[in-house]
Amino acid sequence: MSAEAPVDYQTSPDRYRHWKLSFDGPVATLAAAVDEDAGLRPGYKLKLNSYDLGVDIELHDAVNRIRFEHPEVRTVVVTSARDKVFCSGANIFMLGLSSHAWKVNFCKFTNETRNGLEDSSRHSGLKFLAAINGACAGGGYELALACDELILVDDRSSAVSLPEVPLLGVLPGTGGLTRLTDKRRVRHDLADVFCTTTEGVRGQKARDWRLVDDIAKPAQFAAKVHERALALAALSDRPANAKGVHLPPLAREIDADALRYSHVAVAMDRARRVATFTVSAPSGAQPTDIAAIEAAGADWYPLALARQLDDAILWMRTNELELGTWILKTEGDAAAVQALDATLLAHADHWFVRETIGALRRALARLDVSSRSLFALIEPGSCFVGTLFELALACDRSYMLMLPDEPERSPRIGLTAANFALYPMVTGESRLARRFYDEAEPMAAARAAAGTLLDADQAMALGLVTSNPDDIDWPDETRIAIEERVAMSPDALTGMEANLRFNGRENMLTRVFSRLTAWQNWIFQRPNAVGEKGALKVYGKGEKVAFDWHRV
Amino acid sequence: MSAIDYSQKIPNNVDLSADRTLQRALEQWQPNYLEWWREMGPDGSLDFDVYLRTATSVDPQGWAHFDYVKMPDYRWGIFLNPAEADRRIHFGDHKGEAAWQDVPGEYRANLRRIIVTQGDTEPASVEQQRHLGLTCPSQYDLRNLFQVNVEEGRHLWAMVYLLHKYFGRDGREEAEDLLERRSGQQDNPRILQAFNEPTPDWLSFFMFTYFTDRDGKFQLCALAESSFDPLARTTRFMLTEEAHHMFVGESGISRVIQRTCQAMNELKTDDPARLRAAGVIDLPTLQRYLNFHFSVTLDLFGADESSNAATFYSTGLKGRFEEGKRADDHQLKGLTYTVLQAKDGRLVEREVPMLNALNEVLRDDYIKDSIGGVERWNKVIEKAGIPFRLRAPHKAFHRNIGSQAGLKVSPEGQVVSETEWAARVDEWLPSATDRAFVTSLMGRVVEPGKFANWIAPPMIGINRQPVDFEYVRFN
Repeated sequence: MSAEAPVDYQTSPDRYRHWKLSFDGPVATLAAAVDEDAGLRPGYKLKLNSYDLGVDIELHDAVNRIRFEHPEVRTVVVTSARDKVFCSGANIFMLGLSSHAWKVNFCKFTNETRNGLEDSSRHSGLKFLAAINGACAGGGYELALACDELILVDDRSSAVSLPEVPLLGVLPGTGGLTRLTDKRRVRHDLADVFCTTTEGVRGQKARDWRLVDDIAKPAQFAAKVHERALALAALSDRPANAKGVHLPPLAREIDADALRYSHVAVAMDRARRVATFTVSAPSGAQPTDIAAIEAAGADWYPLALARQLDDAILWMRTNELELGTWILKTEGDAAAVQALDATLLAHADHWFVRETIGALRRALARLDVSSRSLFALIEPGSCFVGTLFELALACDRSYMLMLPDEPERSPRIGLTAANFALYPMVTGESRLARRFYDEAEPMAAARAAAGTLLDADQAMALGLVTSNPDDIDWPDETRIAIEERVAMSPDALTGMEANLRFNGRENMLTRVFSRLTAWQNWIFQRPNAVGEKGALKVYGKGEKVAFDWHRV
Repeated sequence: MSAIDYSQKIPNNVDLSADRTLQRALEQWQPNYLEWWREMGPDGSLDFDVYLRTATSVDPQGWAHFDYVKMPDYRWGIFLNPAEADRRIHFGDHKGEAAWQDVPGEYRANLRRIIVTQGDTEPASVEQQRHLGLTCPSQYDLRNLFQVNVEEGRHLWAMVYLLHKYFGRDGREEAEDLLERRSGQQDNPRILQAFNEPTPDWLSFFMFTYFTDRDGKFQLCALAESSFDPLARTTRFMLTEEAHHMFVGESGISRVIQRTCQAMNELKTDDPARLRAAGVIDLPTLQRYLNFHFSVTLDLFGADESSNAATFYSTGLKGRFEEGKRADDHQLKGLTYTVLQAKDGRLVEREVPMLNALNEVLRDDYIKDSIGGVERWNKVIEKAGIPFRLRAPHKAFHRNIGSQAGLKVSPEGQVVSETEWAARVDEWLPSATDRAFVTSLMGRVVEPGKFANWIAPPMIGINRQPVDFEYVRFN
């Protein structure tokens, strides 16, 4: 499917085909009204509020707009605009037609979007309430599970269900299995029954099994949802009277071998199978107080950077599968980045600054789960400092040039308080803590070095970079390292990188991205799912599935 | 970077004076190399003035410059054969593409391994031979030993050049390790086992330079085909020096045979005991030494079925002997080659994919080449009117690597029982008694023109100097 037109993650409410967004004071309502004829790719109909990547791109955009354009919103009610059906999950015919890579990328993005709901709930007080007003199956229930609270209409027919295993021969792979246990603490034997029952569970039993938080008869449902939405809103500190920041379309140039934004450029070298991301530091006078920041709005450097970086990552991940190695570079004034971090930290509690930090945090978190080899090249003119040093920290390796004979030209990196506080990975740990296993000694040394600009030898001594070749070694060391990398098995690299990047604590999200996703991606490759008579392939065709009964 | 005048100290044709990468690497490595030479080079030889050949350039006049030199002052140089314009890769999957002037990252690890393994043998043989100077049979031979030693040193330089120039920091570390390993040292041995065995006496030395240095020749020939052009050019120049080492071996054995045959005719006997009493090495003992060195050297070519061999060839890192002169498709997919395998007490032939059998192909080429010298030795025996003939043993004899490893096979190629092997091994391989006898002959002869009793003088001296020329001044 990816041979067709590239997938663009940019959209706006006036172009939505699948969601209706409405506002009522502190409560926004995001209602699924999926247009079954508006699939992103031909060959399937999005019946019964089922979704494909296009539906999720709108969801991602809508949530972002609520975050920035509607600061007064404290609770988002996720519901359906259709009768009797909330959401029936990922479209099975779409999955049956998709390449493996497409499925994996689709699941990754939907996972990130659902994690993003929890991220906003945890970090910026935006709460989510699933108002399940009809059948809620598979990915539909997984979306609901990502919300803070689930209310199911008790109409004697609407059920929540995860029918993937019995019906489709795959897993509820967008966090479903993991959230059932880790988040909702459903007893594992009940979860087993639930996950193997195509028709799902409804009413009181759904509540008893902790599958939902509450149920309500149809007549009381709207009132119940409203009441709970306000109760959740009361937990939030989002401002009632702030002015939202409009998110205009990103100015972007797309060439055959390049993506260009104001602060991010991606150059694609197809022969070498390498993409180089270059992130520029802020230039010129930057706002330092809230009034100026609000006046800058979507043009405020860190927000613009977050949106551009996010879009570039998504574009490259979806549309450029063969560019398996990403080189990350920066350019500009280190002092400007230090000043930016000071501003971010000084106003971190302000809703707009907080949302901006969140957007950066989520964009960086995308790098952590991108199935690309990430190498930072730290060269003269770069500014891997503070927030931008997070890019290097997110990389699998970082190479920093040492110029022993030209100390004034030597590139320098630097830590700021931002590296310790602002951008935790989904594990809750900073990338520095991940790097050093949160051990006291290297963390203290890193803390002591914060604020100082460090050359490659100093950075190396602190363990902040992988290698510090001097100018004599640099061209060959970096060339050979990259050439060697691009020659290795992309699958093995993806697996290895995912294991090494998430090296410390496990939590629900790492389990979603590791255990659940890895199993799902295995099942997605197996003939029992995608063979000629595999469950995904024959679904809805009236043919019988032919399983290979060997347990593996 | 430093005050060293590199072009004076290190003759080279790689523009060393303009190459910061190399200068920086050598600044560290060269003093360590000299320290290694002082510690592990020929025993007690530091002050000797030795009449040595020094390569000062790659043209025919330049690479054989003779003069007296103290070995630590030898001008170890860096020479590559001149570049061939627009050289193309001529075998493997990359056939037809331009030869690589840099290490492709994809093949970094394998190329490094090949270069390090080759490089490690060079200092190893110097270490193995470091005590031989104390028992030299003549000044002429002592000088030849030292010539071999300094050139093995230069061959180390040639490999280190590649590591320094093309492998960055990693290459510098490997180059240091080449000076750190020690032949025969249990905790820090040389890479290949054959290079951890001592060279205890001059008969072993001649056998080693004939057989084992010939393995070096074949390995270098295979590397001279490499798609990595600097490796090809470096090894091609090393081959010009390797020829002398094999000459030392072949002529050395030839002179031993000549002396033995002379004694046999004088005493009119082929009785080893009487010949030994006369202080010469009987021909059956020579045969056993030959059997030993031949078989041990065959092992150096590696397993007869090897995935590495296939990979190295297909990726263009290492070709076959005289790859360019062969008339096949130079990719070898789908072709097979015959290897030997033991089955029911017999050796049987088995077809295996050619690509996996390339070690065996090179080994068979080597066998053909080394048998030539054995025939020339037999000419010496024949000329003396003696009916004895030396023979290279069967290639399955006394093998420790490959599918014949551990198999008991006679020199004629018969699979034998453990019992028969034990009963006859002293007929086939040098026994402790043989070795003790050879050792007993090793006295030091250093007066110009004099030779130990067990070896004949050469026909002519080095560089057309007389045989009684003062090749080494002991000071």
